[in-house]
Amino acid sequence: MAEAVEARLEANRRPRWTIGRDLAVAVAVVVLIWLGLRVLRSETALEALGPLAGKLVQAVIGIVLGVVGIWALFVVGNSLVELLPARATTFVRPYLFVGPAIAVVSIFLVAPAIGTIIQSFTEVPEGEGPLYNYAQAFTDPALQVALRNNAIWLILAPAGSLLIGLAFAGLVDRVKRESLAKAFIFLPLCISGAGVAVIWRFIYEWRPPGQPQIGILNAFVTALGGEPVPWLQEIPVNTLALIVAFIWIQTGFAMVILSAAIKGVPIELMEAARIDGAGELQTFLRVVMPSIRGSVITVFTLSAIAVLKVFDIVYVTTNGNFQTDVIANRMFNEMFRFRNFGFATALAVILLVAVVPIIVVNVRNLRRQGIGA
Amino acid sequence: MTAETVEGIPPKTADTTAVRTARAARPRQSSGWVAKVLVLIIAVAWTIPTAGVLVSSFRAEVDVSSSGWWTVFAHPFDFTQYTLANYSRVLTAEDMFEAFVNSLIVTIPATVIPITLAAFAAYAFAWTRFRGRSFLFAVVVGLLVIPLQMSLVPLLRLYGNYDLTGTFVGVWLAHAGFGLPLAIYILYNYISQLPKDIFESAHIDGATPFTAFTRLVIPLSYPALAAFAIFQFLWVWNDLLVSLVFLGTNPDIAVLTVSLAQLVGSRGAAWHLLTAGAFVSMIIPLIVFLTMQRFFVRGILAGSVKG
Repeated sequence: MAEAVEARLEANRRPRWTIGRDLAVAVAVVVLIWLGLRVLRSETALEALGPLAGKLVQAVIGIVLGVVGIWALFVVGNSLVELLPARATTFVRPYLFVGPAIAVVSIFLVAPAIGTIIQSFTEVPEGEGPLYNYAQAFTDPALQVALRNNAIWLILAPAGSLLIGLAFAGLVDRVKRESLAKAFIFLPLCISGAGVAVIWRFIYEWRPPGQPQIGILNAFVTALGGEPVPWLQEIPVNTLALIVAFIWIQTGFAMVILSAAIKGVPIELMEAARIDGAGELQTFLRVVMPSIRGSVITVFTLSAIAVLKVFDIVYVTTNGNFQTDVIANRMFNEMFRFRNFGFATALAVILLVAVVPIIVVNVRNLRRQGIGA
Repeated sequence: MTAETVEGIPPKTADTTAVRTARAARPRQSSGWVAKVLVLIIAVAWTIPTAGVLVSSFRAEVDVSSSGWWTVFAHPFDFTQYTLANYSRVLTAEDMFEAFVNSLIVTIPATVIPITLAAFAAYAFAWTRFRGRSFLFAVVVGLLVIPLQMSLVPLLRLYGNYDLTGTFVGVWLAHAGFGLPLAIYILYNYISQLPKDIFESAHIDGATPFTAFTRLVIPLSYPALAAFAIFQFLWVWNDLLVSLVFLGTNPDIAVLTVSLAQLVGSRGAAWHLLTAGAFVSMIIPLIVFLTMQRFFVRGILAGSVKG
């Protein structure tokens, strides 16, 4: 049986005369991709077409190059591997399939992560010890503010989105048009952090007293007879204002996971509680909550990780001014604006060290639920 | 991790949904209308922020700066108060049309490249035997925990040395690298569950592993491919950090999020432009959301662990 299959596979192999053709195709594909990349990055190649047409031609070249190019490379690679003797083909082919992914991951994640750890100790001013960047990180007053803010975010943001998401998931289970109602809560998740920042800057817009308030929050405050508040400048309310924007996004995420979990609670369990005289709220707290504990932990840990890495909302609303800075924003500015690479790498490592324990909790929790992670 | 949590939930849900619908149809006690009112309040509160931006983007500059957007609802059908001028202004004078095209040039390949790499890798991890298989797979999954901030500084230098900063291919590869562990993880979970028989019969019929991959694995894995594709598409489209670091702010190459952030910096009080700009950047994600909500939800949930 096995021999018959081997024989047929051998028979199906392409005849020898295709070797030249396959090699020619391989060379052609590589040359085409190289030329395409040259055109794509050249400033002048498409200028003759005029700004609009040039841009559109560039878009077509770029998209075709990226999408078709990656497939063409695999097809060509495979045809070359099949030119080898049968045994060698079987041995080499898995590496052809895995190799590119492993190479990309090594270049873009493994090597840089190791580099970041090393540089955080080696890139110090002359005459300073290897822990200089970390000592800076924990003594620099501005960074104290960022670390404190991350702690405030960590306490308020996951809890806030979890509570509202949980309440909404519990309530929406009882109304008609459930999926429509959910869509409204879920929608912010598809908006970029930059877009969210614009949306909330508009809500917090401040005008001096006496002028018409075009931000809805200050319009509300003044309508109630209060003084308009500069929400994004006034400390400490500005950090809370940013956290509210984050909760606005993250609640949809919490709601979807928890809603699915609530629907998984056996109906008999809830009926039994009701027959025993438990009210709706009691049933929810005593029966539903314990059953969805695992999902609650999942939502909490994933939100906590997202909070630690929060960048774009802060960058576009305040850029960390008025004491609203957070680690990820500070890291970006140290790296990109001040070219302070040693300090930036130390901040990245601090971020990693903060994230890892949360992930460990998350993985343990998933294991406990009987879901291999 | 989450991928499986989510995959694990639907079967349980399926048999209870029928019971639940029946129960919901039954008249409820006093709590019924309380729930309805609360749901309505939260839904309205969650919509107001986006609605304010949408309405303002269609109002004239004078109106936006002199009165609140909610005042249009005094005469909602007085169409003279709406204008498209803000959109034509941001698309031309503020370079947002170019940024829109740049976002497409970045996002489409940055979605297809990691999916292709990951699908081949996931297939090899699941259905072929080779030395180092379990070690390499463990490394790839372990990389899920690394925040992408850990890569930025060394990559920025590497890109400087090879002149890749500010090129589309540079940003495609960066997004591919950052998305790959998750893509391989999701696709492996799916592809490894495909029935063994189909590969055996394909083998007996003389199909090479490559043919089996393109003819069987790709078509059969389309739910997982679609879920990851939507997640990665939205992630890249909405990303600011990676584009800012590796592509930059030059209008020739800046993507929409970068362009919007620039607009906030340069025209921070021009709300008629900022709201229109924000909406230009949101339109594609909103279309994806409204047309593919099911895959979208699955994709967001599956991708929520991404570093």
